[in-house]
Amino acid sequence: MSTSVVERTWPERLRNNVSDVLTLVKRNLRRYERIPQLLVFSTIQPVMFLLLFNYVFGGAIGATTGTGNYIEFLLPGILMQVALFGSTATSVGLADDLSKGMVDRFRSLPIARSAVLAGRTGADLLRNTFVVLLMVAVGMVLGFRFQGGFAYGAGAMLLVLFFGYAFSWISATIGLTVHDPETVQVASFIWIFPLVFASGAFVPVATMPGWLQPFAEHQPVTVTVNAVRSMMLEGAPGDLGQALIWIAGILIVFISLAVWAYKRSA
Amino acid sequence: MDAITAEGVSKRFGDVQALDDVSLSIPEGRIYALLGPNGAGKTTLIKIMTTLLRPDAGHVEVGGLDVVSRAAEVREIIGLAGQFAAVDDHLTGRENLEMVARLYHLSRRQAQHQVQQIIDRLDLTQAADRTGRTYSGGMRRRLDLGASFITAPRILFLDEPTTGLDPHGRAELWSVIRELTGGGTTLLLTTQNLEEAEELADRIAIIDRGKLIADGTAGELKDRVGGSVLEFRIAATDGRLQRAADVTADLFVKSPTVEAGINRICGSVESSTNALTEVVRRLDREQIPIADIRLRKPSLNEVFLTLTGNVAEER
Repeated sequence: MSTSVVERTWPERLRNNVSDVLTLVKRNLRRYERIPQLLVFSTIQPVMFLLLFNYVFGGAIGATTGTGNYIEFLLPGILMQVALFGSTATSVGLADDLSKGMVDRFRSLPIARSAVLAGRTGADLLRNTFVVLLMVAVGMVLGFRFQGGFAYGAGAMLLVLFFGYAFSWISATIGLTVHDPETVQVASFIWIFPLVFASGAFVPVATMPGWLQPFAEHQPVTVTVNAVRSMMLEGAPGDLGQALIWIAGILIVFISLAVWAYKRSA
Repeated sequence: MDAITAEGVSKRFGDVQALDDVSLSIPEGRIYALLGPNGAGKTTLIKIMTTLLRPDAGHVEVGGLDVVSRAAEVREIIGLAGQFAAVDDHLTGRENLEMVARLYHLSRRQAQHQVQQIIDRLDLTQAADRTGRTYSGGMRRRLDLGASFITAPRILFLDEPTTGLDPHGRAELWSVIRELTGGGTTLLLTTQNLEEAEELADRIAIIDRGKLIADGTAGELKDRVGGSVLEFRIAATDGRLQRAADVTADLFVKSPTVEAGINRICGSVESSTNALTEVVRRLDREQIPIADIRLRKPSLNEVFLTLTGNVAEER
């Protein structure tokens, strides 16, 4: 059987692109099917965070949050943490593919340059969806309720996932620039920790020192977690507009950077 | 028609000139080996030909298509097995091949059919449904080779296909390569192994420090070095080896190698001289007994050392 070179029409190209991305998403998810422990342990960690924060710090922090119940304040923050920590999987996965020669194989195939990246970030989005739903379920066991109604609750979860997806592209750019999977893991936490902890995810920004507040107030995690909270608890969009601007900005910049880094990673 | 042509290809990475004005052409259906030491530029050339890298200068056509301006079309007609066996540890052998088949846009049924055929031809039936992590080095190589051949591409590139394999695994892979390319596929493979080049290829190009320094069949390359190799062992054990070397020195093109341990002297001579009879005459005069003596063509190994050695001396 020989393949002849033909000009492809654009609907055909679109269909091929979609099928390529799905093939690669499936490939990336197989990993969790083959090593279920990976998913189990990577979900135990955020559950532990949720329990620790709620029962250990809840008493002390709860008083400053203005809500009667710390879990109401905490769960949106934990969801953000899950989305951000989850996005590091993107860089590790890509660095692994690079160092094992998988990327060279993909690059020699008749698929779009962006398909490998879309397949990777897409798989991580699905994994994040699973973890976010699980965390919401655990949160509800601990007393969390969607006081803003179902539609806003679902919208808030979508916002968290969308946020995590945008950060997957930052992570992809890092993975493609650093190459070595272990270094990538270490490098990721350098920028993720300050973003998660110097934010309104776990404590009100007003309790932080004055010099830190301007950063904490406006950085994407705080803006987004504020929107998530007001949607989940009050049924109002709150900072949603600002959060979407952050997410769109990150996507525009880092999709271009990631594709650029992918092209020169041969 | 030529399946692959390269003209004046150059590529530089920082201070390193990876390829320097490389030109070659490979007729359709031929097996061509690119032979050179580590860091000679073999992988860079393969990466340019398979659209993974762009050349700084020069022009490459694969299947009549320019690899820069028509890269997407080139990727449809080639197969590549890179230096690392690209096997996903978490997928089974079959899933690995099916993924690649689907990415070549075969329908699900076509893909399954094609994959089964490849599995049978590669003799991987037993292991097909085990995950990649359980595969031995040789099996990973075979699977990787199968992936590059899934659509029976017209033009196949193999970058050091047997590196890291033991002699048995290497011989096994050679037969797989011969079997896959038997149907008229053009194959360009790189290797550091002379035996591999001689075993598989119709033609061999020797590359060193980014330059193509010789090109031809194994026989032509041997002729190019010129002359023959004369080697003899003396039966004397009383240290007359040096004496034997001294009296025959002028017969060799350059001073011969003297191996004291096995009493052997070996070096190249002009083909048309009567060096052999002259050695016998002179040693007889010195009353040094000869254990054995022969005149032979240089081995490819000697060709390689002579050619790459010369380049090194010019610097």
